Amino acid sequence: MSSDTIAAPASAAAPTAPLAFLRAQGRWHWAEIAFWLATLLPFVLTPDYLVLASQVAISALFALSLDLILGFSGIVSLGHAAYFGVGAYTAGLLSVWGWGEPLTGLVVAGAVTGVVGYVTSFVIARFRHLALIMITLGFGLLLQEAANSAGWLTGGFNGLQGVHTWPIFGKFEFDLYGYTAYAYALAVLFLIFLVARRIIHSPFGLALRGIRENGTRMPAIGAPTHSHIRTIYTIAAIIAGVAGAILTQSTETVSLEALGFQRSADVLVMLIVGGTGKLYGGLIGAAVYMVARDQFSGLNPQYWYFWIGLLLIAVVMFLPNGILGGLAGIADFVKTKWTKTP
Amino acid sequence: MPPVFGVLFDGVAYGMLLFLMSVGLSVTLGMMNFVNLAHCSFAMLGGYVTVTLMNALHWPFFATLPAAFIAGAAASVVLERIFFRRFYNASELNQCVLTIGIVFVSVAAAAYIYGTDQQPMQLPSYLQGSITFLGLDFAIYRLFLIVAAALITILLVVTLEWTRFGAQVRAAVNNQRMARGLGIDVDTLFAITFALGGGLAGLGGGLAIAMLGLDPSFALTYLIYVLIVVSVGGLGSIAGSFVAAMLLGVADMAGKYYVPAFGSVLIYLVMLVVIMWRPSGLFGRR
Amino acid sequence: MDEDAVSESLLTASGADVNALSARGINKSFGSLVVAADVELNLPQGVRYALIGPNGAGKTTLINLLTGMLRPDAGRIFLGPDDITALPPQERVRRGLVRTYQINSLFPHLTALESVTLAVCERRRVAATFWRSLTAYVEEIDEAHGILSALALADVCHRPTRELAYGQQRLLEIALALATRPKVLLLDEPAAGVPREESKDLFEAIAGLSNNITVLFIEHDMELVFRFASRVIVLVGGRVMVDGTPAEIADDERVRAVYLGKGHGALRV
Repeated sequence: MSSDTIAAPASAAAPTAPLAFLRAQGRWHWAEIAFWLATLLPFVLTPDYLVLASQVAISALFALSLDLILGFSGIVSLGHAAYFGVGAYTAGLLSVWGWGEPLTGLVVAGAVTGVVGYVTSFVIARFRHLALIMITLGFGLLLQEAANSAGWLTGGFNGLQGVHTWPIFGKFEFDLYGYTAYAYALAVLFLIFLVARRIIHSPFGLALRGIRENGTRMPAIGAPTHSHIRTIYTIAAIIAGVAGAILTQSTETVSLEALGFQRSADVLVMLIVGGTGKLYGGLIGAAVYMVARDQFSGLNPQYWYFWIGLLLIAVVMFLPNGILGGLAGIADFVKTKWTKTP
Repeated sequence: MPPVFGVLFDGVAYGMLLFLMSVGLSVTLGMMNFVNLAHCSFAMLGGYVTVTLMNALHWPFFATLPAAFIAGAAASVVLERIFFRRFYNASELNQCVLTIGIVFVSVAAAAYIYGTDQQPMQLPSYLQGSITFLGLDFAIYRLFLIVAAALITILLVVTLEWTRFGAQVRAAVNNQRMARGLGIDVDTLFAITFALGGGLAGLGGGLAIAMLGLDPSFALTYLIYVLIVVSVGGLGSIAGSFVAAMLLGVADMAGKYYVPAFGSVLIYLVMLVVIMWRPSGLFGRR
Repeated sequence: MDEDAVSESLLTASGADVNALSARGINKSFGSLVVAADVELNLPQGVRYALIGPNGAGKTTLINLLTGMLRPDAGRIFLGPDDITALPPQERVRRGLVRTYQINSLFPHLTALESVTLAVCERRRVAATFWRSLTAYVEEIDEAHGILSALALADVCHRPTRELAYGQQRLLEIALALATRPKVLLLDEPAAGVPREESKDLFEAIAGLSNNITVLFIEHDMELVFRFASRVIVLVGGRVMVDGTPAEIADDERVRAVYLGKGHGALRV
């Protein structure tokens, strides 16, 4: 478990009694606390960039949901944006039809996406390898085409018009500067992160990693693998839907790109760059990717993809566990140097 | 003659192109289990080589085709030796990420060198136009495509079934470990197969320009179709790739002609149905 | 616990001796390749059975058939009195039919403790709870630690599986199987690939298996066979050739012919 959160790997002096050891692994590491405190900095240090910060938080939440199925359970999905899009459109339609309250909108969007996720999970759970990749890709592309064709519902190419989000708790308006948006997105991200962290450190989290590590051995120890996969896939879909809903509510717009292949690919890149299976990988990756994209937004789109392509190649060849993996590697190296007896 | 024959004709021509672009990927996937999403970049390369030779150097069309093949083959071998062979035992995800990175770089490079517009290409006059048969117009170029691709397919099948090289390829696809144990030099075999596959893709790219057009997004747009062909047909199966390519080519043309509102939905549905029914593809190993 | 009481009752039920595991008329072919032909198997409760035979005889295939990884073309399989022929693998595991693998099939990045705890949690059906921390499951963790201690793995229980020595990994294979509280344990070449120095712990572990567990093990190592098995089945070309005590097998002409190189079709390459 030491590789799954930013928590420190056990040194030779750590308690070896099993329960104490496992407890120590689950504890909050100082770096985690520092990370979450740092997420408050944009309010103070870069108040002009709060809109970007809220976009980062939304992408981070989306990447977290992908990490649960990809990083921890080994399910490679090229169509995860489908759930982001369903959540986004649900929140948008709810608002267009007259109910713009954001918190209940979140719950409804999560519920609807959860149902869609649950239904599709029955198919997803039965396949692996290339067949699974193609099915997730196919579902995503199919949804994209369907949404495009159903212009009467989705607004088609131009997107949904007339989304208006009511103030949170009746008091906090969504302003142009992004204060409310970032506070909202960050709060939801943190709460859901706590849930995800608990899931990972539960027996279920262990089962998921078992599926990832050796899916064929799982039935041989009596594990209902399909049932486990369905559960985590539904949970991940709900979280993705919530992320999409926040995007709609905070930007008061939703368009086809919310469920497009581009979005599925981007979130995958964010997760790979940050590091899979580490909970914080998606968050770090989202921050790096979105900030870089903002900085280079003046650049021609094809040049952006040139550098992203190089980055992906570099990450896979030299940093296969992403940024967090690299940091963990450095931490291990430093630790062994310091604790080596002369 | 009812228009359905026209649709079938176009579908078969399109299918032939898809086959040329997919067969290499199917065999290398089946042999080495290496997910090479950059396969269509070889096709795109072949296309740009053809266009450059014709427009800038005024080569005749037919002379550019072998060049397109060689370009695709050379690029395959170079990439395989430098990058791919390190990842044969890596996870599928890492293979996807590596090769997607290569696709992005290739797309950006193409955009940088050639711009993002469609590449203009002038077919030789004897390949232009159409012949009328029983009331329907059949484009001469598409006729040529079908004949040329059919010949290449026959050549492929003959190579696979009746040469020693072909037997070794079949053995390696079937059971790599066993093939190695029997003394087959699988590494060299793979490099050659990779080159052939990339070459065919390049050739397909060169041939595709007049029917599908060419711009930097080619490597990504047709990647999806190629992946569908490979997964529907079954990994490592030439027959599977052929059947799947025909199926998809015709289904796509039919879909666009009869129900244009649904665009590409028909082939996604076909793919989903086939893969859910037979996860290893129509002709794949179980 | 309950499971011991059940196996007791199996033995004493009205004198009819219900075997712990039995199979009748098992047939399986892949095209023209026959991998199992009319295989019949009767394992009485608590007995240690060795399954031997030349390479390619179909021993691992038989285990795959018994555990449900492969479907037989014909035949029935019984676990105690129950017909399990139609049950999926995880169901058979739940009922106590468990196997280990000839080539380790472990969880590389999970520690030994995590691996065995996972198996215990799955058995106790608590693996699906995602809202409670793993550290709340003290009994499961202690049970896992206990199993690892019995197999001399307690010292390395916090090391990731891929960092363990090969012999320790083979022991972990057995630990995983034991965590499921098997009634019938099928060991596929437990000593395969284990260097002599490390096999002592392994032998002791196998010797220490409870008599409540019926064991069938595939082995090429005749020392293990003669030391632990009370009965031996010889499988050749998918067919049961002989079924007897180790002494009977050692004396059998046909067995000697098979092993001393008269050879048969399957071995010719």
